[in-house]
Amino acid sequence: MTVAPARGTPVIELTGVSKIYGEGEAQVQALRGIDLRIEAGEFVAVMGPSGSGKSTCMNILGCLDTPTSGTYRFFGVPVGELDADQRALLRRNYLGFVFQGFNLLSRTTALENVELPLIYRRVPAAERHARARRALAEVGLSGRESHVPSQLSGGQQQRVAIARAIVTNPHVLFADEPTGNLDTATSNEIMKLLTTLNEQRGITIAMVTHEPDIAAWTRRIVRFRDGLIESDEANVPVRGAH
Amino acid sequence: MLWNAILLALREIRRNVLRSSLTILGIVIGVAAVITMVTIGEGATAKVQADIQKLGTNLLQVFRGQGFGGGGARVAAPPFTLEDVEAIETEITGVKAVAPASNTSAQAVYGNNNWSTQVTGTNDRFLEVRDWTLASGRNFSESELRAGAAVCLLGDTVKQELFGNQDPVGSNIRLQKVSCQVIGVLSPKGQSGFGQNQDDLVVVPLRMLQRRLAGHSDVNNIMVSAREGFSTEKVQADIERLLRERRRIRPGEENDFVVRDLKEITNAFTSSTRVLTALLGAVAAVSLVVGGVGIMNIMLVSVTERTREIGTRLAVGAMARDVLLQFLVEAVTLAMFGGLIGILLGLGAGALATGAFGVPFVLNPGIVLLSFVFSAAVGIVFGYFPARRAARLDPIEALRHE
Repeated sequence: MTVAPARGTPVIELTGVSKIYGEGEAQVQALRGIDLRIEAGEFVAVMGPSGSGKSTCMNILGCLDTPTSGTYRFFGVPVGELDADQRALLRRNYLGFVFQGFNLLSRTTALENVELPLIYRRVPAAERHARARRALAEVGLSGRESHVPSQLSGGQQQRVAIARAIVTNPHVLFADEPTGNLDTATSNEIMKLLTTLNEQRGITIAMVTHEPDIAAWTRRIVRFRDGLIESDEANVPVRGAH
Repeated sequence: MLWNAILLALREIRRNVLRSSLTILGIVIGVAAVITMVTIGEGATAKVQADIQKLGTNLLQVFRGQGFGGGGARVAAPPFTLEDVEAIETEITGVKAVAPASNTSAQAVYGNNNWSTQVTGTNDRFLEVRDWTLASGRNFSESELRAGAAVCLLGDTVKQELFGNQDPVGSNIRLQKVSCQVIGVLSPKGQSGFGQNQDDLVVVPLRMLQRRLAGHSDVNNIMVSAREGFSTEKVQADIERLLRERRRIRPGEENDFVVRDLKEITNAFTSSTRVLTALLGAVAAVSLVVGGVGIMNIMLVSVTERTREIGTRLAVGAMARDVLLQFLVEAVTLAMFGGLIGILLGLGAGALATGAFGVPFVLNPGIVLLSFVFSAAVGIVFGYFPARRAARLDPIEALRHE
């Protein structure tokens, strides 16, 4: 399976996407036909109260889930027509994930955690170590390679998770409440790091958050309500104000 | 792909040493039990074989059976004669040596020491037939046999009881009332496969026993050794035919004697210990299966415990089959580790136990290999179900799992 990032093709294009969970009386319509385009190099915040459909939308964008109806094109490729293995390959080769709870493997060193996606990409050991070290250096964790998560602070753990997400040079980084478990100062450091990745490496970032302060770092804010997009507006990043 | 799975599995095992050790405990105990049991069993078999070998190789023994007297009453069959012995030696091909034997018990006295023992009257072929050697002295001479001279060979036990560490050759002992010169000492043979002390005997010329100790001219049994390369079955059949003829047993009548092939007895003993070994091994194998269930149990718990981790792996690009393979390889690697440790423990315990029971330590590479392969198979069989469960997890659900 190849995905050719053609110039001018949006990275993400949702057209009339709906998602329905459950059956009969218990049926829940999480998304009610939304359209969304994200171009390469964007930094988008997705906001909305719980139950608004923002998490469902992010799962679909992250190729972890498929829409019930409508189409999702990733670089022009209709993701709804791919099977689970092909979607896994898409995640492996083009996507990176950062979670609220960091999701690092416990009792596993930072270096080995960062290497994990490279193992699934069958990268040879020497190259794997080198790339993982570089990624850790990029997030400012040089010298912490052999620390296990329990020896690292929350911010450091999230940096390891970010290093794990970017070690594969992904086209798109999905961040699900990346600062949800962190204090303000640490949150700002993480946001600074994400901004750098977006601006200097050109990685497209889509981030779910419910904190306006965090959303303010981005250049576009999409708000969800009741399974629909309520607003979608450009934002002038506010960064020095912290 | 496989190499990756092994790498991930080894990391996982190392990450969780305690859980891994507990997981394999069942396999370790199972394999160790199988190896120990089989080692002890094989040792016992080897011991029985060696013991029976001590009686002599290719040995056939002819015993009197029971005949039929008037009115159908069973009476002791008539004894053999020296002519029978001679006939067997000259008329049957494949016979190496024939020794007649009559036994009686007697009190052996030397100085202040006396010892009640078994006296066997036989000829100079006895040593050859029984595959026995002299520790000192000499065998009977032709003239001593013919004359029934009062000379004797002492078994090791009798020598110890009467002479201690002295050399008895040349001394005279008394057997009942007969003074008898010691001309040789038999080398020790130890216990027979049937638990008898074979060294507790005095050997005298047959004629001496008949005339001066027993007071009859019977030959109670005949020992025959077959030549190397001749089938003992054939020699056995020939002896039976010859003796039926000489003892005038009509066709259709039962033999009033038996010819026993020591090999048959050996085989009977060997096969019964084999059966016992197999039985012990089978019982131990059950614990191996229980060990497999243990692996499955802990792997299932581990899948639940690691749900979020599996979700993370799926998110960063693992396919279902990567996860399946990882868990499967983890189970198999654990099981093989367990197998290896079990084999080492089992061999150690086997060596100790065989030492304690006084049987030889026999290493059976077949059973070692088999238990290793079996433990790997246990890993595959019992690891598959948890692994499939892990692979089928929905990544979203798995990521959300607390």
